[in-house]
Formats: sequence, C-alpha cells, structure tokens
Amino acid sequence: MTDLAFSHAAPPRPLNGHVMLRASGLAKTFTLHLRDGVRLPVVDGASFEVAKGECVALGGPSGAGKSSILKMVFGNYRVDSGSILIADGHETVDVARAAPRRILKLRRERICYVSQFLRVIPRVSTLDIVTEPLRLDGVPAEEAARKARDLLARLNLPERLWALPPATFSGGEQQRVNVARGFIARRDLLLLDEPTASLDAQNSAAVVSLISEKKAEGTALLGIFHDAQVREAVADRIVDVTRFGAST
Amino acid sequence: MSMVDMPLLVAEGLTKYYGARPGCLEVDLEVHPGEVLAIVGESGSGKSTLLSLLATELAPTSGRVRYRMGDNALRDLATLTEAERRLLLRTQWGFVRQNAEQGLRMAVSAGGNVGERLMAVGWRNYGDIREEATGWLSRVEIASDRIDDDPRAFSGGMRQRLQIARNLVTRPRLVFMDEPTGGLDVSVQARLLDLIRSLVADLGVAVIIVTHDLAVARLLSHRIMVMRRGRVIETGLTDQVLDDPREPYTQLLVASVLAA
Repeated sequence: MTDLAFSHAAPPRPLNGHVMLRASGLAKTFTLHLRDGVRLPVVDGASFEVAKGECVALGGPSGAGKSSILKMVFGNYRVDSGSILIADGHETVDVARAAPRRILKLRRERICYVSQFLRVIPRVSTLDIVTEPLRLDGVPAEEAARKARDLLARLNLPERLWALPPATFSGGEQQRVNVARGFIARRDLLLLDEPTASLDAQNSAAVVSLISEKKAEGTALLGIFHDAQVREAVADRIVDVTRFGAST
Repeated sequence: MSMVDMPLLVAEGLTKYYGARPGCLEVDLEVHPGEVLAIVGESGSGKSTLLSLLATELAPTSGRVRYRMGDNALRDLATLTEAERRLLLRTQWGFVRQNAEQGLRMAVSAGGNVGERLMAVGWRNYGDIREEATGWLSRVEIASDRIDDDPRAFSGGMRQRLQIARNLVTRPRLVFMDEPTGGLDVSVQARLLDLIRSLVADLGVAVIIVTHDLAVARLLSHRIMVMRRGRVIETGLTDQVLDDPREPYTQLLVASVLAA
C-alpha cells in the first residue's frame, strides 16, 4: 500500500558490494498526544553508511538521538521520512518502508541488536537466552550450548549463574548475558547500544576483543560507546549525530 | 511462493452489527503460518467479536474470512458445510478460552480431554492414545498421576495448561486464544505464558490471541492490532507499536501500564 505513496520519490541508490547499511535523510519526530500534541524532534536528515567489517560509532551528547537512530535501523522506531537500506544477501531491504514480516525475517537472519538492558522473560535460563539465536538458526542444541558456555566464560559470568534466569542478576551480569546472546550467532549487522555501560575494565576489554573478532569476520557494526577508551579501541569512524540535530 | 509466504487466514472487510450497534467494523487482516498476531484493546473494543468472526462462531454482517485448506486453495469459510466446518475445528484449528469450563469437558478425565482430540483425527489404539496424552500432560507440567482425575479437581492454572495440551496435541495449524491468562494469579500467568511461548515456537503453529494485557502481547506476538470502538486503529510489529505508538489511543494504552 505504501508503494504508491512513494512512487514519485527518487528510488534510493542501491547498495554496492561492501556497503551493509545506508541511511539517507532520516527524519523522526515524536508526537505526544497525551501532552497536548507536543512534538519532540529527534533527528532531521541523518545520513551515513556502514561497510562490511567496519565499526561505526554514533557520537554526540545524551539526547542527540543516537539511541533513536539505532532503534530506527532495527525497525523498533518508525521513521517519518528517509530510507534505511540494509543488504539482505542479494536483495536490499528498506527498513523504513518494509512490511513487518520482512523486518522480522531480517532480524532473524541478518541483524542483531544488543540493547542496553536485558528484557527478562520469566523462567527462561541464561543458557537458553544466550543459545536462542543459534537454535533458531538450526544449530544442534549441544553445539549451541558449547558456544554459549565459551562466550559466558570469556565474559567472566560465574558458571553457577548459567542455569538461572537472569531476573535477579546485577546490571553488569545482565549486560554480559545480553552481549553473549548478541554475539553468539553470525549476523551481518550488529547494533550495539552501550554494550559496556555497566562493565568493569576487564569485562569491557572482553567485549572489545569480541567486537574486533566480528569486524575481522566481515560483520558491520553500528554502536553507541560512551566510554572513550572503548570507542577508540573499536570504532573506525565516528558519525557525529549533532549535525543531524532537529533540536528546536 | 513458499508455503510460509502465503497467508493461512485472510479476513476482508469483516463487519458485525448487533442490531444497530456495531461490534466490529471493516477489519482486514492476514495471518501466516507460524505467526503470532495479538489483538489488543479494552473491553468493548470489538476484539472478542472479531475473534468469534474469524473462528466462524459468529456470522459476519458483511465481509469474509478465507482459510488455506489442505489442498492449498483459499476457501471462503462461509461456503463450508457444517460437517466440513466441524472437521476443520477438530483437526486443523484449536481454541483456548479464558474460561476453561468452556474449553474443556469438565466431567471427562484429563487424559480423556487430550485423547478425545486424537481420536477425532483418527487415532484408535488405546495404548498409543494414552501414551501420547501422558506425554502432553508432562509437556504442560501436569504430573502423570493426575491423568485420570477430571479437571474439576484442578486449579485454574492447571485447567488452562490442560486446555493448551488438548488444543495442541493434534498439532493444529491455527489456534485462537481468548485472554488465556485472564483471571489467573500473576505467578501462574508467568508460567503459562512461558509454556505457550515455547510450545508455539516449537510447533510452528499460527496463533491469533486476544488480550487486554500489553505485556502478554509483547511476550507472545510478532504483530499487533490495536482495536477501538470496533475498528483497527493501529497495526504493526509488536515492539514497534508498543515502543513508538502513533495513535493517541495507543499512546494512552501504553502509558497506562504500570512498569513493574
């Protein structure tokens, strides 16, 4: 149904071989109907690319719209205008316009989003949370569990916690569960929202090396890293979000 | 197109009037194999009417529902004979109701409630039926020594789990759920939701679930439809609609949930 509405706009340039993600002219404003329709502009005209094997950091102060941009790329927030092209094998998907089922398929196969906070599901164990992406890929349970144990050990999560649901874990422990889940499967695009925010230096270093390994595998990464040391260690480029500012 | 790309159920322009009062107005929807669709809204929004129309328990005033039959053709459900409709309900569909007394046979044993559905799809060997029923009771966490008890002796949570087993034992393609966790204690709800979530994913069954509880919708569904005054006012990916609601009414619903 949206095809007609956009038929007069120039079609977005197709992605060439090495580009994984291209955002063009992204604009987003929240309208708060419960607050007399107050409009909160988030970004206006955000454009950037992420290549395969590259880690791009979104930079700028709190409130500049970094998290919102990540959420738009994942299809979690809607986009008012602009396009978000993501390479899907030989196809290209515009997340800003794709049907829900298309976005779900992209999320299953291509994109992983490591949010800042783990959304805990009652009764599901840490190992099950971490192995789920692999099990959905059809990887045998034992192999998935072995990979999960390796990752959790690298992230120094105490082994006695692995069989427990993370509901009662500390913030740092939950974040490491989240990181393990996000890094366990091979995905073409990783979205990272402050993956080391609650971690100490040792565990941050573990995440930094996981990110480096993903880059070497050809994964494209787009992230928010407030910790300057982490950012310098992983980011190939910084995209300053304030220049897309929609602040009034 | 592969099977997964073709919708299993298609509703077009579904409308139901109760006399002059509208129950459900001009609803279009599609459900694909293995997809979980949540229909949310407050009491009186028309969501239960819509579910009854989709499940052919109510006849629409206008509009139609089509379903992909075993021969792969989409069939207008209004054209089914009563015998065909009953066969569909017993074999390819399930219906989990808020009130277990409507979804179970209360005077029949737990094993019988599950085994009955197997017999409806042609199982005849008593030993096989009992073994399959026992396996399903354990999947829904009902101890095997309760197989001969009837559900009148069960708690609310156990009754709902038995309903789940009764409905999933024949591996249906589509299950309707009407507030399946309504009226249960929260701890019991969490256990039931987790069970539904994992069974639905394992079996790849499509589900249309009606709930007023946005947390239930978030946990179980891929897509969501928000209803108000009989109409669908907003639809999309579940996390997108709940995290970035666009319509004033959806924003009100989301803002009214107490964060625990």
